[in-house]
Amino acid sequence: MKITVASVAFALITIVSLSVTANRENTLDTVDPEADRLALQKYFQSRFPAVPMDEYINGIYALDADSRSQWEEIEEFPPYEFDIEEGEVLFNTPFANGKGYGDCFANGGIGIRQNYPLWDNSADRVVTLEKAINECRIANNEKPLPWRKGKLAKISAYMAFTSRGEVFNIKIPNKKAMLAYQDGKKMFFSRQGQLNMSCANCHITGANVRLRAELSSPALGQVTHFPAFRSQWGELGTLHRRYHGCQKMIRAVPFSVQGNELSNLEYYQTYMSNGLAVNGPGARK
Amino acid sequence: MTKGILRVKARNSGSITNVKIMAKHDMETGNRKDKKGNPIPAKYIQNLAIDCNGRRVMDAYLGPAISKNPYFAFTFEGGAKGDELKMTWQENTGESATETALIK
Repeated sequence: MKITVASVAFALITIVSLSVTANRENTLDTVDPEADRLALQKYFQSRFPAVPMDEYINGIYALDADSRSQWEEIEEFPPYEFDIEEGEVLFNTPFANGKGYGDCFANGGIGIRQNYPLWDNSADRVVTLEKAINECRIANNEKPLPWRKGKLAKISAYMAFTSRGEVFNIKIPNKKAMLAYQDGKKMFFSRQGQLNMSCANCHITGANVRLRAELSSPALGQVTHFPAFRSQWGELGTLHRRYHGCQKMIRAVPFSVQGNELSNLEYYQTYMSNGLAVNGPGARK
Repeated sequence: MTKGILRVKARNSGSITNVKIMAKHDMETGNRKDKKGNPIPAKYIQNLAIDCNGRRVMDAYLGPAISKNPYFAFTFEGGAKGDELKMTWQENTGESATETALIK
């Protein structure tokens, strides 16, 4: 996409109004997540009028025809297929005490991806799906799994796969949850690291804009397809693995994986994808 | 019956048959070392031969340069819906197996 003065000006005006909204209305009394979500959809709709809303779950492949055709070929034999199979086996293998993952989740853990992250009122925190999986293990006297890849990613991939097609339905039930939402939103728009860039710089203003050899994906629908098999990694990885890597690329000291900051960020980002379908696990460059 | 390592999608359309296969295999080169510094032994598919109705339709000679979970895609003339593909693979270690799949 050739960047003309007009399109940059348009993007800047829209992003300024989005971030002004972020500042002026970022108090607990005036914050309106639904308005934020609709504003994000409207922004992308005005920038890419030919792209239907439900296509955004496919990330950059919704916006760029060339990379989409390559991705469609890969999807004929998805690289995450084996991970789903292995994830299913892991999910169905009981713990030493005889219980299983299904005992920790609603509906036996099947078809519930669209509800995560959720707000845990008893502990005043956001709970992501991966955190819930590991806490299930700890509650049943099993060792927690590493957060970024391997078995945890495979279990998460299987659970996402069983939820494909379900529509994301993140809830913000009370004021404390709203604070977590705001925290995530604030991080999304804050510049960080030596390169001094925010998530919004690349994934809102910079969506479908070349960043060296890459095209940045749009923020809308960005989290729907995780965990993702990234060719870059040559394997499956979780969302927080990607967050961690992104921060390193900006030369920021990354926040801890599954800590409060990244969990709140995931909470904000997933809320922004409410109304879009789960399509995890995904294949990405 | 244990599942093999080959995942096959074979489709016949008219006179040609389109086949796509993904093999679940680490394709260990033998050059890697584990965390303790011990070399991980080479274990990779060396040959993949595919027959249909007694006729050889594909021969592949692989090596350690082929990545993990190799993907094959090829077409051949002939084959019909319901025909069986007979696929034999052999590793550098000597281990081998034959798997079958039906053309759709």
